[in-house]
Amino acid sequence: MLSACIRGVGVLGPGLADWPSAVSVLSNAHPYQRERTILPVAGALPAAERRRAGRVTRLALAVGAEAIAQAGLDARAVPSVFSSSGADGEVCHEICVALAGDDRLISPTRFHNSVHNAAAGYWSIAYGCAEASVSLCAHDASFGAGLLEALCQLALDTEPVLLVAYDADYPQPLRARRPIPDAFGVGLLLAPPGSGPALASLKIELCDDAATNLESPELEALRISIPAARSLPLLQRLAQARRGRIVLDYLDTARLAVEIEL
Amino acid sequence: MTTLLLSHFTATSCLGHGLGATFEALAAARSGLAPCQFETAVLETYIGEVAGVDAVRLPAPLQAYDCRNNRLAQLGLEQDGFIAAVRASAARWGRGRVGVFLGTSTSGMLETELAYRRRTPEGALPEQFEYAHHHNSFSVSDYVRRALEIDGPAATLCTACSSSAKAFAVAQRMIGAGLIDAAVVGGVDSLCLTTLYGFHSLQLSARTRCRPFDVARDGLSIGEAAAFALLERAPALPDERDVILLATGESSDAHHMSNPHPEGAGARMAMRRALDAGGVAAARIDYINLHGTGTPSNDSAESRAVTGLFGTDTPCSSTKGATGHTLGASGALEAVICALALRHELLPGGLNVSQRDPRLELNYLTENRRGRVRYVLSNSFGFGGANCSLLFARAHEGPV
Repeated sequence: MLSACIRGVGVLGPGLADWPSAVSVLSNAHPYQRERTILPVAGALPAAERRRAGRVTRLALAVGAEAIAQAGLDARAVPSVFSSSGADGEVCHEICVALAGDDRLISPTRFHNSVHNAAAGYWSIAYGCAEASVSLCAHDASFGAGLLEALCQLALDTEPVLLVAYDADYPQPLRARRPIPDAFGVGLLLAPPGSGPALASLKIELCDDAATNLESPELEALRISIPAARSLPLLQRLAQARRGRIVLDYLDTARLAVEIEL
Repeated sequence: MTTLLLSHFTATSCLGHGLGATFEALAAARSGLAPCQFETAVLETYIGEVAGVDAVRLPAPLQAYDCRNNRLAQLGLEQDGFIAAVRASAARWGRGRVGVFLGTSTSGMLETELAYRRRTPEGALPEQFEYAHHHNSFSVSDYVRRALEIDGPAATLCTACSSSAKAFAVAQRMIGAGLIDAAVVGGVDSLCLTTLYGFHSLQLSARTRCRPFDVARDGLSIGEAAAFALLERAPALPDERDVILLATGESSDAHHMSNPHPEGAGARMAMRRALDAGGVAAARIDYINLHGTGTPSNDSAESRAVTGLFGTDTPCSSTKGATGHTLGASGALEAVICALALRHELLPGGLNVSQRDPRLELNYLTENRRGRVRYVLSNSFGFGGANCSLLFARAHEGPV
């Protein structure tokens, strides 16, 4: 059994502009209106890096910063776990187009932005954070994989840890084979239970049950179409301030049972 | 930190298939690097290509995963009785209590590159292209857990050239947290055009065999490898020949996406943290397997980081002159080389050095050395400033 408390949340996705707007939708105060995700400029980065930062980086930085700010922590001192199903899809597409052409000239910036951990690298530069950072991928299980790694860190250390799960859509023709419809990211500032003011505390273990669905067909469609949105059942409980048990999607061989206390 | 036994390990690289061929090449100071003739690449550089990858056939039920990276993974798994060792471990602990954590930088990217070349007139990718089984970074971990019939937690580590070193750290945490009892860790990275042309675009590819720590070093040689270790809780009374993972140390450069911090500040912090977590004084380290890519700035930064922490006496070398830089697999490949160094008490000298760079003051071995080897450190530093140092020991030396 792994445990943690949640001290900050950041959200950005289709029709979910930030955590307060996600709260109003997920608690049914306002109807969900799906709109294309608008990614902010990565204002925390120095000008040169800001120009180079791609969509996944802007997404990850936005939700990470919102979670950190809500917890009132200094990003410089917080280790991080970044988890996503893919790297920067646009960069990948551009490199593959160049390599399929005659001259095969790849831009150096594009090449270093092609690494899966580009978002984590830009995060460390933006906040001068020299703490440890892990970048993970587990295809559709990426949110669960990131959550498990963050909770294992908390089991062994007393420091808070920032989890950032994020996925953005590919351009065509890759999009046809990996039809992620839009960008969705979630940031969770996780800390040892009882270590400070928190939205909720969690106990997590592996289980064989099926993942919890969302009642709203639109939100359920979002949950199953973007790996990072597999977090939505947890976010909905936080938004509704409801305790109890939910099951988060993970691998074909196991899901994550989450017991939420307020 | 939870001390873990490397109860089984194996490596396949351009040095050969399995531990026997790998150790033989290291003992003979032989490089596996050869002029680049990979696929359709036209580049004046040397690469470390694994022989026989194209001939590998995946088990019939896993045909959907067929791509160069997973063939390399399969070839690596077949060496040194690794599959049988994992099956025995899974039988002992339970299939759900064994995890899989592998590092890769490009996974099955080569398949995507080839698919783009074969786009239909409408611009679509050909039918044979499989995103999840080829392109996605999880493909290799997913393939390996199915090939080994393991049901525990799984993820691919994606911190570029430190990916498979971080796999050891993640597994150590998950075993330490009690979620699993054993883990298959490692790295699999295969040649593709993205990395060959990408490092060329950064002007970081060597024209000859890479020459880490040579005064005229001009870049890296890209290689490919599959290296695996089975990590389990260390027994109370380990065998004298056993190798254990004592500790891991991680940090971020927070400096630049592809250039290292010039003073190696992040690298030094990662090494410091591994030593502190393992409770081992710097003076007790017998050998450091350097990241040592052979690019002018990387070797310079790492030299400063090492001498700042260890002084100029600790024997060090980079084995990338032999294996090439196997990118996401390098952390695991060099962990296995460290395990061989501990088991055989052989420190591998760095190859291809004509004249050592006098500005790099660490004690760089250019010839093999035999002698007492009890504690070794392995460095891996990746793009994005993702640093990881692994501390290994002979089992009876560790605080077990």
